[in-house]
Amino acid sequence: MHLTSFTKYNHGWRVVAGLLVSIAFTFAINISITLALEVPHYKGYVNDYADIISPQMEARLERALQSFDLTDSTQVAVLTINSLEGDSIEEFSIRTVDKWKVGQKGKDNGVLLLVAQKDRKIRIEVGRGLEPVLTDLLSGRIIDTVLTPYFKAGKFNEGLEAGITAIIQATRGEFKATGGSRRGQRHDEASPLLKFFFFGIVLVAFLGSNSKTLGIVAGGLLFPLAFLFGLLPSFGFLILLLLIPVGALGGWLLPLFIAGFLMRGGTGYYGRGMGGGFGGSSGGFGGFGGGGFGGGGASGGW
Amino acid sequence: MKRIVLFIPVLMLLSIVLAGCGYNTIQQNDEAVIAAWGNIEAAYQRRADLIPNLVEVVKGYASHEKETLMAVTEARAKVGKLQIGSDVVNNPEALSKFQAAQGGLSSALSRLMVVVERYPDLKANQNFLDLQHQLEGTENRINVARVRYNDAVRVFNTSIRTFPGNLTNKLLLQLPRREPFKAEAGSEVAPKVKF
Repeated sequence: MHLTSFTKYNHGWRVVAGLLVSIAFTFAINISITLALEVPHYKGYVNDYADIISPQMEARLERALQSFDLTDSTQVAVLTINSLEGDSIEEFSIRTVDKWKVGQKGKDNGVLLLVAQKDRKIRIEVGRGLEPVLTDLLSGRIIDTVLTPYFKAGKFNEGLEAGITAIIQATRGEFKATGGSRRGQRHDEASPLLKFFFFGIVLVAFLGSNSKTLGIVAGGLLFPLAFLFGLLPSFGFLILLLLIPVGALGGWLLPLFIAGFLMRGGTGYYGRGMGGGFGGSSGGFGGFGGGGFGGGGASGGW
Repeated sequence: MKRIVLFIPVLMLLSIVLAGCGYNTIQQNDEAVIAAWGNIEAAYQRRADLIPNLVEVVKGYASHEKETLMAVTEARAKVGKLQIGSDVVNNPEALSKFQAAQGGLSSALSRLMVVVERYPDLKANQNFLDLQHQLEGTENRINVARVRYNDAVRVFNTSIRTFPGNLTNKLLLQLPRREPFKAEAGSEVAPKVKF
């Protein structure tokens, strides 16, 4: 490393960097409550963890739900589990949809059909956007008149097919013909401004660690630009000029401090991908889109 | 000299990050609490709207359960009289009043649902079954809305009590701590079943 003039202060920088990182972590960690039954990862539209659906039917339902998603943009997910392990089906169901985020963001047009085999319980959880069409009443009737009779006879395949058909019919007419265009755009919670800021830091650090001049130039350009476009557009031109040397200084120093913290043990900067690892196997299933739920739907049993 | 120059970017970074964190986060969390409160009110309103129909249907089959039906109607009227806007989130007294009234309606309703068990004809009535589904759905919505409200309150309270936020709140915003929704009165005692 070419830190010759900085070796004296290197230790100090590491302390500062460490402090910053620890502050960041303190605020990043969510205070989560310990929950009774863990929500499984989703593999596709159909998630048969209780193993009550035949492979052929599973593939058929998966294809049907995928094409329904593409044509109508409404997402219907199926989850079967062995046991609720004492949890109430309503609580487990809302936790699942909160985690999976079935449905499109903004449209909230997701549905979850949840079956707990040993508890002999069913729930249809309806996204906010579908509540006017797939009402509690209608969901209740689908459970009472379609799903339950089949399930009582042990015909899970037929029951699920009929139930999903009924759900699809109920949601038809809403949110039509908007599918297709949303593929590949995943929404994140981080604000674009913050992302830009961190991207800038990483970029400057990267450039700066290759060449000092490049880092200084990038810092001197990006820092005032960040203010111009995002942080405080009302800044005067003179102030922006003043920001150039500050940014350049930052571009000179950033690589040193980022290098210090990265060497400390390679924190998982990009370790935030999706947990499921799907995509290849289920043939074009792009994940769920961020739909919101408010507890609509109905529960029943057989 | 060099040392002082070196600290300028660090200070700038810190000030941008912390100022951004504290102030905006508190404002966002505050809005989240108000929005969550709106959902609670909407869910309770939904329940209140269902009750006249429910009472009507039950009356047709169980007309001599006057007392229970009266209790539900009265509790419903009490809830209807509440004048509550989103400022209730800043007013613990109004919040507990709201909770008491809604709790009264909840217990009156659950008594009605127990009484209903005695009327098999009523339980087979399609109208009643539909209403029951709607009522169950609404109770679940209320539950979800309350849990989310409490989550929002917890996040908000944490943000005004932890490091960057507590200073920002003390110096600039001065927002009070919010009260979470408590368990409904009487729900801590398991109901007694008499034969």
